[in-house]
Amino acid sequence: MTKKTDKRNIKKEKISRVAMPEQDPEKRKKNFYEVTLGYTEEDALREASRCLQCKNPECIKGCPVEIDIKGFIKLIQEKKFSEALGKIRERNSLPAICGRVCPQEDQCEKVCILGIKDDPVAIGRLERYAADRELKRKAQRLKEYTWSEITKQCAREKIAIIGSGPGGLTCGSELAKLGYRVTIFEALHKPGGVLVYGIPEFRLPKEIVRREIDYVRSLGVKIEINMVMGKILTLDDLFSEGFKAVFIATGAGLPYFMGIPGENLNGVYSANEYLTRSNLMKAYKFPRCDTPIVRGDKVAVVGGGNVAMDSARVAKRLGAKHVYLIYRRSEEEMPARNEEIEHAREEGIEFKLLASPVEIIGKDGWVHKVRCIKMKLREPDDSGRRRPVPIEGSEFNIEVKVVVMAIGQGPNPLLTSTIPRLELTRWGNIKADSATGKTNIEGVFAGGDIVTGAATVILAMGAGKNAAEAIDEYVRTGIW
Amino acid sequence: MYRIVKKEKLVKDIDRFYLKAPLIARKVKAGQFVVIRINEDGERIPLTIADYNRSNGIINIVSMRVGKTTALLSSLKEGDSIMDVVGPLGNASEIENFGRVICVGGGVGVAPIFPIARELKKIGNYVISIIGARSKDLLILKEEMKDISDELYICSDDGSIGYHGFVSDFLKEYLEKNLTGNADKRKDIARVIAIGPALMMAAVTRVTEPFNIKTIVSLNSIMVDGTGMCGACRVEVGGKTKFVCVDGPEFDGHQVNFDLLLSRQKTYCEHEKECMDLYKHKCGLLE
Ligand SMILES: Cc1cc2nc3c(=O)[nH]c(=O)nc-3n(C[C@H](O)[C@H](O)[C@H](O)COP(=O)(O)OP(=O)(O)OC[C@H]3O[C@@H](n4cnc5c(N)ncnc54)[C@H](O)[C@@H]3O)c2cc1C
Ligand SMILES: Cc1cc2nc3c(=O)[nH]c(=O)nc-3n(C[C@H](O)[C@H](O)[C@H](O)COP(=O)(O)OP(=O)(O)OC[C@H]3O[C@@H](n4cnc5c(N)ncnc54)[C@H](O)[C@@H]3O)c2cc1C
Ligand code: SF4
Ligand code: SF4
Ligand code: FES
Repeated sequence: MTKKTDKRNIKKEKISRVAMPEQDPEKRKKNFYEVTLGYTEEDALREASRCLQCKNPECIKGCPVEIDIKGFIKLIQEKKFSEALGKIRERNSLPAICGRVCPQEDQCEKVCILGIKDDPVAIGRLERYAADRELKRKAQRLKEYTWSEITKQCAREKIAIIGSGPGGLTCGSELAKLGYRVTIFEALHKPGGVLVYGIPEFRLPKEIVRREIDYVRSLGVKIEINMVMGKILTLDDLFSEGFKAVFIATGAGLPYFMGIPGENLNGVYSANEYLTRSNLMKAYKFPRCDTPIVRGDKVAVVGGGNVAMDSARVAKRLGAKHVYLIYRRSEEEMPARNEEIEHAREEGIEFKLLASPVEIIGKDGWVHKVRCIKMKLREPDDSGRRRPVPIEGSEFNIEVKVVVMAIGQGPNPLLTSTIPRLELTRWGNIKADSATGKTNIEGVFAGGDIVTGAATVILAMGAGKNAAEAIDEYVRTGIW
Repeated sequence: MYRIVKKEKLVKDIDRFYLKAPLIARKVKAGQFVVIRINEDGERIPLTIADYNRSNGIINIVSMRVGKTTALLSSLKEGDSIMDVVGPLGNASEIENFGRVICVGGGVGVAPIFPIARELKKIGNYVISIIGARSKDLLILKEEMKDISDELYICSDDGSIGYHGFVSDFLKEYLEKNLTGNADKRKDIARVIAIGPALMMAAVTRVTEPFNIKTIVSLNSIMVDGTGMCGACRVEVGGKTKFVCVDGPEFDGHQVNFDLLLSRQKTYCEHEKECMDLYKHKCGLLE
């Protein structure tokens, strides 16, 4: 943040990075509307004009799906907005989503040449602008195809995809573009994976997700909801029903708990449950929507990633006066996107850094206090990470009504346990080739969080895209 | 959308719904459940698959009206549809030839015990069923249970039918009569399966513990997704945290921490009342 100001003046470029218009923190912490409002056309043109149109654009290498960033920004400069979106969509079917949630500072924007001396081009914001503009303009009247229309239209083989998160959606749209008949099987009642059940409305409006998914459907991808694979259909069922290949993208949907006393008290949630209730089930509209959620004046959220930030900001919006974010390292080590940390601070989330819960103390079956211990950071070890260690005798209590555990998610074994011959890692992730997504079973590919562990939207999309190419090759050649 | 092809009122507040769900009907095994969501603003709630017909693709669920969602369900008619039905979820019951088994069902719990008892019978067990309700006019599936049981005992809290008392009280007397005494007259019971309100299941496990009979209970914790993703349904079994939806719903009753289950079931008491009141107000509901 200091970086921004000192570098700005050195550069000859007069235009500095165009700020993102945002809802006022005081207002927004009481509503679920989107926090960032998006560029205006003027903002977008101004920001796009900063791009140097490098001969050797580094930015593209920073994007896991290799969007032609230089190309689409040029089109924005020329006010050819639909063409710009078309250029993005060549490589990315979910631009309105990525423009919002990609950790750009670690990806495309990290390597943008401007970033050496100034702030990098706001690639994500421009991507979002191009996508939003189109979504708004068309009000997206995209057609949803029926199965028979798809059959008529595409002659290619049937491919099954398990899980409709970004990984599955991307793999599906890439394969559909190649003419395959794709069916995505989704366990929940809405497609989108973490995009619909995890990431909150105020960061990624569900309407945006719905429209992006409509686009995927308009390519001919069929999405079957309420299908818990492994239970309703097994892998073998899929092959015997004529699917030529299967892509598994079931995500990291197993909530971790700390294993400390008191974790099963009423008022203790996994972040998955807390967010699912409030996002997917719209508990923030209770009792107009039927799913309840415990609101508390004081809420503690444990963790330091995007999931923790989202939970804390949801708690605030559900009316908590104090939301404590308990994280065992310091802010520097927080894995959340910079923007989320900043937004959380602006909204008054209270950071309790270098602290870790040791016990949740209950009263009449309900959470009453979290007992924490202070931590200090050891010198970096061989891996370069500074390990937190507890400071003996430094315990302290925080009085709260709700505790949200956002300490990570693992691979959900529901599907994999029904495929005993599928090779897994020690932690239960599927072993798959990183370039192709191939598993040890012929015709079965996997990618996204189920392979890598909890990662990012764009990495899951990259995996989906790679797998689509590999699936195409496998189905065409029959060579495994 | 899942169409209700038939609806039967079993007793006051308990209905049976026949749903068209061919894929689920093809795969379901006794002991599994579905999660349903009635409409766009609805809650996801679990209901046991009380029976199924693989050839016509119909499953049936038996639901007792206790709150908003089950009240809304009971207001649906034949031909109406339920927006989402997900399943079959959870593990199937262990169906083996154990020998003599006792199936205990209380209240609406008789519905889920029925397919289990039937499958146990089919495979050669000697099935003793003990079913109960608060009173005679609230007892469900008496005839069905009779058809598949070698012995059937009925209990009611108010004595209006059968044994006057709880199913667990009857079970205790039954076990004392049949399991004590000299060895050759003794009729060993291989296992007890109990389904009903948590308090009833807890009472049954207390009864069977001194007799050292393996006792299976089907836990009814609060759920959301039903796929192991959220942890709402967590319970403590043998001192370890388990997720009912994927590790259960059936567990060894002697290992279950029922106090925790009962406490967690009450998490949303106030919310449930608020939601129900709003619903009653909205539709000027009967009573
Ligand atoms: C709260 C939260 C905030 C995040 N914020 C960001 C962010 O800002 N930026 C970012 O880049 N990343 C973020 N992430 C991470 C990112 O969302 C994930 O890395 C990404 O969604 C992984 O995609 P995926 O396709 O592998 O799986 P998921 O998105 O997890 O989707 C998996 C899908 O598979 C379905 N499924 C699972 N099992 C089965 C089955 N047996 N049968 C059928 N369907 C099944 C699930 O229901 C789910 O819909 C966040 C994650 C969370 C939880
Ligand atoms: C595996 C399983 C199988 C079940 N099978 C049956 C069945 O076959 N027939 C039947 O009548 N009932 C069954 N139940 C119980 C049924 O799910 C609840 O009665 C129902 O959710 C109540 O919802 P409500 O909105 O009408 O009532 P509410 O007013 O919301 O709640 C009444 C009580 O029901 C329980 N409950 C509330 N919400 C949930 C939820 N989301 N999930 C689970 N329990 C909840 C709580 O203990 C609560 O105190 C089963 C429960 C489980 C876990
Ligand atoms: S998809 Fe993500 S990484 Fe790629 S250009 Fe867009 S914001 Fe950058
Ligand atoms: S590296 Fe930066 S300046 Fe160069 S083309 Fe890419 S976005 Fe434009
Ligand atoms: S209901 Fe969500 S994990 Fe069991």
